[in-house]
Amino acid sequence: MADLSPKMRRGIGLLLILTALGLAAMLVLSALRDHVVFFYGPTDIQAKAKQGQIVRLGGLVVDDSIQKDQDGIRFQVTDQTTSIEVRYSGILPDLFREGQGVITEGRLDGDIFQADTVLAKHDETYMPAEVADLLKDQGVWKGQE
Amino acid sequence: MFDYLANPTRFRAITAVIFPVAVVMTVTAMCYGLYLAFFASPADYQQGETVRIMYIHVPAAWMALLAYLAMAVSAIFYLVWRHPLADIGARAMAVPGASFALITLLTGSFWGRPMWGTWWVWDARLTSMLILFFLYLGYIALADGFERPERGSKPASLLLIVGVINLPIIKFSVDWWNTLHQGSSVLRFGGPSIDPAMLLPLLIMALAMLGWFICISILRMNTLLAQRRLTALEIRGHSSQRGQA
Repeated sequence: MADLSPKMRRGIGLLLILTALGLAAMLVLSALRDHVVFFYGPTDIQAKAKQGQIVRLGGLVVDDSIQKDQDGIRFQVTDQTTSIEVRYSGILPDLFREGQGVITEGRLDGDIFQADTVLAKHDETYMPAEVADLLKDQGVWKGQE
Repeated sequence: MFDYLANPTRFRAITAVIFPVAVVMTVTAMCYGLYLAFFASPADYQQGETVRIMYIHVPAAWMALLAYLAMAVSAIFYLVWRHPLADIGARAMAVPGASFALITLLTGSFWGRPMWGTWWVWDARLTSMLILFFLYLGYIALADGFERPERGSKPASLLLIVGVINLPIIKFSVDWWNTLHQGSSVLRFGGPSIDPAMLLPLLIMALAMLGWFICISILRMNTLLAQRRLTALEIRGHSSQRGQA
């Protein structure tokens, strides 16, 4: 160390600090992996959630599953393997629709998920409405309705 | 090359050339970008007109990350090479950088309310972005928290470097964890998932904000340099008065 210039010593010191920090951050993040998630899919909820425990359930709203009655609304949320019926009475966000992503907070009551809040989650695709219509006309539409 | 740039007189000469170019770029890109964003670009097939918030929100978020990265690089130059100009650069970029982070948080909130149905959630993307804003505030407080500003430079630079760990967390939070915030649309594997008619205004607005950031940073660097010289002259004035007495 003695024959290194101060500049080199500071540089190496900084590099060591950064490496240690990077490692520490990686360890913390991997330890937190399960807790940082904002919501769980239907499969996880069915496997892990206790009855009455407040959790967030996220997934896609199943096509043709939305039913409205005087108690509110019910719909199926799926992760393509499992789906859970959700019941909710309250205001729905603009983007709530069949085939779209949704995140609901509430509790499991038997096999039914009683939601207190419903949030819409949209994907990262942006396109003009005309383009979407054109793709549907041409039959090459890959997205949701 | 850094030694060459680190001379304040030469720095002033170089920025005197860059500054007007940056001003022209900012004004042109801002006018064109805002016109595209609010009038000429199409509404989204899902979100309708609300999508226009993106043209402010996304470039501001990019700039918030870029400004922080630039400050952290300056901090490394300051800590290793001890160039005062690098420290002044980081200080100059802090306030515009913090503004970008704040704009990102506010516009995101205004966008989230109609689309998601909430102003705010504590998901990984939103929380890590809030932490970035606090890092900016922490840096500003630490750098300016001493009677002699140079004393704050070293701890504040270290804070900047430690905070760099937050940048990849913000960027990849939407890939690593389930979040309410959607994934990346532009910088992603498989190319952008955003229509060219909407990508163009986004990129023009990014250019405008980059230009604005460069202008403000140059102005602030020159102000801080003048301030340092003023303080140095004052100190010299005091000591020469004492010498006469």
